[in-house]
Amino acid sequence: MASLLDSLIELIRRTSAELPEDVNAALVRSLEAEKKGTIAESALKLIERNIELAKRKSQPICQDTGSVIFYVECPLGLDQLAFEETAREAVQQATKKGYLRQNSVDSITGKNDGTNTGPGAPAVHFHQHRSPETNIRLILKGGGCENVGAQYSLPAEKLHANRDLDGCRKVILDAVLQAQGKGCGPGILGVCIGGDRATGYEFSKQQFLRKLDDRNPEPKLDALEQDILKTANELGIGPMGFGGKTTLLGVKICAANRVPASYFVSVSYMCWAYRRQGVTLGADSQITGWLY
Amino acid sequence: MTTLTTPISEATIRALKVGDEVQINGTLYTGRDAVHKYLHEGGQLPPEVNLAGGLLYHCGPVMMKQDDGTWKCTAAGPTTSIREEPYQAQIIGDFGLRGVIGKGGMGDQTLAGCQAHGCVYLHAIGGAAQVLAECVTRVKGVYLLEQFGSPEAIWELEVVNFPAVVTMDAHGNSLHREVFAHSQAELAKRL
Ligand code: SF4
Repeated sequence: MASLLDSLIELIRRTSAELPEDVNAALVRSLEAEKKGTIAESALKLIERNIELAKRKSQPICQDTGSVIFYVECPLGLDQLAFEETAREAVQQATKKGYLRQNSVDSITGKNDGTNTGPGAPAVHFHQHRSPETNIRLILKGGGCENVGAQYSLPAEKLHANRDLDGCRKVILDAVLQAQGKGCGPGILGVCIGGDRATGYEFSKQQFLRKLDDRNPEPKLDALEQDILKTANELGIGPMGFGGKTTLLGVKICAANRVPASYFVSVSYMCWAYRRQGVTLGADSQITGWLY
Repeated sequence: MTTLTTPISEATIRALKVGDEVQINGTLYTGRDAVHKYLHEGGQLPPEVNLAGGLLYHCGPVMMKQDDGTWKCTAAGPTTSIREEPYQAQIIGDFGLRGVIGKGGMGDQTLAGCQAHGCVYLHAIGGAAQVLAECVTRVKGVYLLEQFGSPEAIWELEVVNFPAVVTMDAHGNSLHREVFAHSQAELAKRL
């Protein structure tokens, strides 16, 4: 699987070194919105310079190259075991080349063997579809922003949050307040309403596969997304939590069925270094197109 | 814009206020979770590492070993500082630090430590790994590499014009506390 290996290494390189267009555009808009001469403006200017430099030098945008999460849409019959093997090899080679930091630690011994691979690393999610194409999406999810994610169980008495969309709004905004700038804002929220504790977080992360400028096809969730984005940006948390106008660049929300007894709202936070890319592979596993 | 050159005097540090932008010249030592826990538990610093008047940088850089055996820093942004809150004030006092560089800010214990010992918290731009790596002109040494692995080791970095913002000063002020209080009040109006 030599060319699949090459394609995956190239996917990792580009994901680590270049932000997708929609994210760049949102950051440019936020820089224009900040007041001139503030530290918020300085922070965003430095971020812009950083993005440009990383792309030019083909180096990681951020040194925390994160958890490596692949989402694979594949035709029936793809050998998933072989794919996973190749993905591990690609991660190891990309690490040797410096596209990824040595970033994976054995949770029992505390040792970092420098390969970025081990139980659960990288994570590979497969979804079959009835089309001959293979689409591979990759997210590099940093630790700082992962740490400010939160899962709420409704009703949440202290926040006066009941089991309805207004309750969801309250806890999601609480997550924004608690995160402040600690997840390297301006950030992006991925939210799942419902599910169990595991699927809730899983689906919340999948929201990061959406483009920033898309709209939710479900009108109630769309309204909630717009409302939270607007409200969060009125709080004055700002880039890096320095104060300022842009606290969030986007909010993406999905819903999953739940059992009657549970009502979880799972919030994942993505930093401005929103590394997401994807490729479509041809029959010989060459990259035939980029998805973002 | 204030320029700080290491080693830094107490008077220089006490003159800084929340919101000041600074650029740093001189030496930074990296240290994150493993180093803080180690020092807190009484671990000894290697003799080459002198933190007095110096700056500790919460950072796990990406380092590439060159053919001639030297190291090149290819990414060097800050990591989240609050994880070191249980240890930071003690380490500031024990080693005579004048500044701690990181991201996300720290809590009341560290703020009190800054006030007591003449130290500031300097917020670097989280994620700006490339811009900050460009400020690293030389990797002067690395310590505890075997024990802790690359991101957690102590790296001695020579820097030029390294940008940061004072978000906690030596007078008991914290931008993080201010912004939290303000945003909490604004949110209450909108619920
Ligand atoms: S939160 Fe994101 S930008 Fe910040 S250090 Fe982590 S990966 Fe980098």
